[in-house]
Amino acid sequence: MSNLKGHNRDLAERAYRVRRNAVLMGEVQGQGYIAQALDIADVLTVAYFHAMNYRPEDPEWEGRDRFLLSNGHYAIALYAALIEAGIIPADELESYGSDDSRLPMSGMASYTPGMEMSGGSLGVGMSIAVGMALGLKRKHSSSRVYILFSDGELDEGAVWEAFMSAAHYKLDNLIAIVDVNNQQADGPSTQVMAFEPLVQKLEAFGWFVQRIDGNDLDAVVGAFDAAKDSHEAKPRIIIADTLMGKGVPFLEAREKNHFIRVDPHEWQLALAALEEGRQS
Amino acid sequence: MTKPVPKQALSSASSSTAAKPRLTTSAMIASIASEGQRTQAAPFGTALVELAKTRPDIIGMTADLGKYTDLHLFGQAYPDRYYQMGMAEQLLFGAASGLAAEGFVPFATTYAVFATRRAYDFIHQTIAEEDRNVKIVCALPGLTSGYGPSHQAAEDLALMRAMPNMTVIDPCDACEIGQVVPAMAAHQGPVYMRLLRGQVPLVLDEYHYTFELGKAKVIRGGRDVLFISTGLMTMRALEAAKQLENDKIDVAVLHVPTIKPLDTETILREAQKTGRMVVVAENHTIVGGLGEAVARHLMLNGVAATFRHIGLPDAFLAAGALPTLHDRYGISTQALVDQIKKWQD
Ligand SMILES: Cc1ncc(C[n+]2csc(CCOP(=O)(O)OP(=O)(O)O)c2C)c(N)n1
Ligand SMILES: [Mg+2]
Repeated sequence: MSNLKGHNRDLAERAYRVRRNAVLMGEVQGQGYIAQALDIADVLTVAYFHAMNYRPEDPEWEGRDRFLLSNGHYAIALYAALIEAGIIPADELESYGSDDSRLPMSGMASYTPGMEMSGGSLGVGMSIAVGMALGLKRKHSSSRVYILFSDGELDEGAVWEAFMSAAHYKLDNLIAIVDVNNQQADGPSTQVMAFEPLVQKLEAFGWFVQRIDGNDLDAVVGAFDAAKDSHEAKPRIIIADTLMGKGVPFLEAREKNHFIRVDPHEWQLALAALEEGRQS
Repeated sequence: MTKPVPKQALSSASSSTAAKPRLTTSAMIASIASEGQRTQAAPFGTALVELAKTRPDIIGMTADLGKYTDLHLFGQAYPDRYYQMGMAEQLLFGAASGLAAEGFVPFATTYAVFATRRAYDFIHQTIAEEDRNVKIVCALPGLTSGYGPSHQAAEDLALMRAMPNMTVIDPCDACEIGQVVPAMAAHQGPVYMRLLRGQVPLVLDEYHYTFELGKAKVIRGGRDVLFISTGLMTMRALEAAKQLENDKIDVAVLHVPTIKPLDTETILREAQKTGRMVVVAENHTIVGGLGEAVARHLMLNGVAATFRHIGLPDAFLAAGALPTLHDRYGISTQALVDQIKKWQD
């Protein structure tokens, strides 16, 4: 990452801060989806600080790009980005997952500014994305629909129904990102249900497909740019291969698990590890 | 009832005022066991492994929740009889129907919400209507998750009772789950069982309880109040009954683990005993569960008991820590005690 230049260098600092927010929230609960938050931080950083149009002071601004979090348990990651974006006040971070917090562990539209859908039941976001993209087209809006979902969601049939319909309706205003961290509840995703070869499958479904290292900021920026700039009358998808725990070496090395516990003393170590990886 | 502040109403200034509220965690992997309670680990998985020794027709299936429904124990013991279907609940139940059609007895697991809501039509058409011998075993029944509506199966009993052919069982504790597993395997036809997973409270062994499919059982007698309860609410009713002894309120508990078919004979017999307030307590919305089923039979049979109903409100429930939510929605032991005292005043 040390050869990043200019804007992408700023993005690296943003990504550091997003990860830091996520670790601070993780510490509130002592457990959770922290490894996922770290793996997807680079993608969210590029979405919120490079690709998307929005107004932090008016999260429901009609002209905004929509961002759907289909994998609601990644809420900790999105909150981290929304805090960095100024949509959620930073001092709410310590209420993560607590009673009557606006930041529940599973993302819900009725609780949190900037949260566009209620997640938790996986595999439903892509259908909403199709409807929103259709709706924006009907309104002649130039806003786009971004949707993040997880590799486990590829198991759900409804996701493939939506893939088909997005191509059928030539939804070129739809940009999907799938986090291929090769993990789901019962184990490595590829062992739970074989879904490769993903590029070929999605191309066959009529999508504009890119597959990148989702933890390489240059590559992520390039993929978002290409997805926006393409003139193909197709929905776009970025397949982001990511590393769980990215940025905190001892979490990267830890046995992969959907839901991890982190010992109380390890949170400080995690923050220190992030600080160490930060660009000077 | 506290609701989160609507997002429109908030500004960045809102959270900096006054004293910080004490944070309570929403423990995702919550055990419903209270502190110091006797528990038993994974009673469902353990019982199924044992039963499968003599039942080679038993198959285990899950939709990416083997570890979270204790079925992974079966998968470890019988890897060649275990199917990981991926996170695809409709497929799970359709495939279970197919295996049953070929003579196998699938135990298919997921969370209650994803079976009863996501896969309802698949269960209705491929399992219930065809009367297939599929055993549906679902964790996080009723309000046993702090994750908000997506994981809170407040209406699972209503949905499953409404399905012809379906047997519906809501066990109280580990002692009962261990007995339900062989009983549901012995029963020919589809069964829905509410699962308590992980460290599961052990209560009914103290009362020398035996489970019989379709039978309600009086767990303790009492002259003032008759609790008619199911699932974990029987445990709460028993705890409440003990506490209410201090207030000289004598409470009986009738445990109804089989919601369908309902043991109307026992329910009517107990409800008819004069002088007792009948209180149905269920870990379920007040819509369409045990309470309405009992009320219907009391009405049909002209039993004019004083009737009360404790259940979850007809609303989307909050996210938060389970003990907080059980207090808030009136199904904790303390909430039962307080409510009964009020009604007995
Ligand atoms: C429809 C549905 N089925 C099951 C679940 C339970 N569940 C929660 S997360 C999860 C794993 C999903 O895979 P993924 O999002 O890739 O997991 P991660 O990368 O976060 O480990 C499952 C099965 C759910 N939330 N929704
Ligand atoms: Mg994953």
